[in-house]
Amino acid sequence: MGYSLTIRGVTHRFEDLKRLLAWATPARSGDELAGVAAPSAEMRVVAQMTLAEVPLRRFAEELVVPYEADAVSRLIVDGWASEAGQAAFAVVSGLTVGEFRDWLLSDAATGERLAALAPGLMPEMVAAVSKLMRVQDLIAVARKIEVVTRFRTTVGLRGRLATRLQPNHPTDDPLGIAASMLDGLLLGSGDAVVGVNPVSDSVERVTGLLRMIDAVRVRYAIPTQSCVLAHVTTQMEAMRATSGRTAAPVDLVFQSIAGSEKANASFGVTLELLAEADAMARELKRGGIGAEVGGENVFYFETGQGSALSAGAAFGVDQQTMEARAYAVARRYKPMLVNTVVGFIGPEYLYDGKQILRAGLEDHFCGKMLGLPMGCDVCYTNHAEADGDDMDALLTMLGAAGVNYIMGVPGADDVMLNYQSTSFQDALYLRKVMGLKVAPEFETWLAGDGFGRLKAVAEPRMLLGGAE
Amino acid sequence: MSGKIERPLREITAARLSLGAGSGAVSTQEQLRFQMDHALARDAVHAAMDAALLVRGVREREVESVVLRSAVTGGRTEYLRRPDLGRRLAVESREMLCEIASLPAAEVVFVVADGLSALAVDRHALGLMDAVRERLDGWTVGPVCVVTQGRVAVGDEIGELLGAKVVVMLIGERPGLSAADSLGVYVTWEPRVGRMDAERNCVSNVRDGGLGYVEAAERVVGLMRGAKALGASGVRLKDAADSKLL
Repeated sequence: MGYSLTIRGVTHRFEDLKRLLAWATPARSGDELAGVAAPSAEMRVVAQMTLAEVPLRRFAEELVVPYEADAVSRLIVDGWASEAGQAAFAVVSGLTVGEFRDWLLSDAATGERLAALAPGLMPEMVAAVSKLMRVQDLIAVARKIEVVTRFRTTVGLRGRLATRLQPNHPTDDPLGIAASMLDGLLLGSGDAVVGVNPVSDSVERVTGLLRMIDAVRVRYAIPTQSCVLAHVTTQMEAMRATSGRTAAPVDLVFQSIAGSEKANASFGVTLELLAEADAMARELKRGGIGAEVGGENVFYFETGQGSALSAGAAFGVDQQTMEARAYAVARRYKPMLVNTVVGFIGPEYLYDGKQILRAGLEDHFCGKMLGLPMGCDVCYTNHAEADGDDMDALLTMLGAAGVNYIMGVPGADDVMLNYQSTSFQDALYLRKVMGLKVAPEFETWLAGDGFGRLKAVAEPRMLLGGAE
Repeated sequence: MSGKIERPLREITAARLSLGAGSGAVSTQEQLRFQMDHALARDAVHAAMDAALLVRGVREREVESVVLRSAVTGGRTEYLRRPDLGRRLAVESREMLCEIASLPAAEVVFVVADGLSALAVDRHALGLMDAVRERLDGWTVGPVCVVTQGRVAVGDEIGELLGAKVVVMLIGERPGLSAADSLGVYVTWEPRVGRMDAERNCVSNVRDGGLGYVEAAERVVGLMRGAKALGASGVRLKDAADSKLL
């Protein structure tokens, strides 16, 4: 079955849903690189008009990546077809994509209703409607949805903005990492997670960094969680106690994920492996707020448009739809944090500030619609046509959209990964202009004795005192 | 907030620490420093490689050279948008190499490409190549191939056409804020079109204040010898090297 639309006497036909979705996508270099983008501005709008008429149901009948060929497609469809999925979907089951947009923008679509709808939505439905939405639509709808997660802090509450403190160092030097941690903590950063990207993926190195961060957390009674962003298998190895080594203090488990089984395979992961890691981390019961033990959410996922194409695993599907499919993977594990690292991938996927800005807001919207605790690494590389002004625009819009957290990198300059993200001061700016506060547990800490002792630390070496 | 961290922290980390005043805003001085570093990086990305200067330098060393270009025809904008074109040679460059290829094949071919920083190539390519060549014993070396608008994988096509056993690609790395002139070196054994990135080894961050020519050259030559012994480069070679260290 194809799709067609007659406009001004000309009938346009689209052979399949995949083509229709790709052509309806606002311009971006990655779709052009893949050869799936609309050939003209006019055809882009023709595709959007045609897409607006497609019933939401249709996405379950015609999959963009075949069910038999792909575990992510099976995860998506089986979830949608389940009893819970169908019960949630019932509210919008009679709508077309265009009617869905109108409903989302109406007062009838309250935050509670949208949260209840999430399990009934396929990522392709959400991606489709986002393609018909302007930036303000993406902001207005996402803002209604509150996704709250908990480990040692509560992240995602309305009126709050958390940060991942990202104290990377080009040689994983503990003192260098401690210096950036101290700087960030003193500026109120780190309530979402203290997360280091290690240079080395060795179990010993990763365990050493985890112990270092955890010792600081315990010494200053900081309500936060730590993460060392090594490959999931390395973190699993670190979690296992062996004869020569006790289990590493793993709080959140990190992994990059994407929207197809093949793309995930290129990252060295399967759905089963992620489930295993999830179970291992929950077993450690390291989280918990107040009297509770365990922490409800233990995964930290990173995603980003273009990663599936980059891995040769996009199946001719546009990069934004593939990104939304990655969220179906994420939601299976009820993660603590999901981060779209939007501008990291480079100009061959997101060419300039305009493309990065829209992609960041699309990802935030799609993730929230699917029930995920979305954060965004508001970022760019030096070969993209973007600069700090573009990041300020995206940062401010994400603040308006109710983003759960952003990154905190010293001076916005990541000296290990060599790209620019957001600084500790950027978070202070956003909180000030939007009237946002840190996570409640962190807020209490900032006013208490632990933070007082931290303020007395005159140099990073002291932060490591006692850490083995 | 108080607790401004005391300098000198520069020795510990290049991270931009304690940028703010007590108000939580970035100071004018730090803001302008950031702008300057970004401007340098942007200029480096868009600078054109001085191929003529490079060729002159190669000739002074009494080494043959050939200037090629990738399949990118639309300038820097197309180069940035179409990495696939930067990985292939232009048709006339391919034909030029086919003529040279009738000569006896050399084991090693050096390829120099602008990549994402022509500045890195202008500053470091000849110096590093000298250091590598000094350490090569018993390898036959072919002409130096200079490629404009090139990506790493263009070396595969060049090496394949010239029948080289190993391609050593010197290429400008993506500029960061701390350095806009960082050179990367990629070693690919038995180069041919379609090689995966996992089949190469990289020595990164060659620049002033980064990896020096001598240390970089020793690593490159070590990789070349290792690749020859193993009959492969890439992950397998890295694993072999790692296990030797343990």
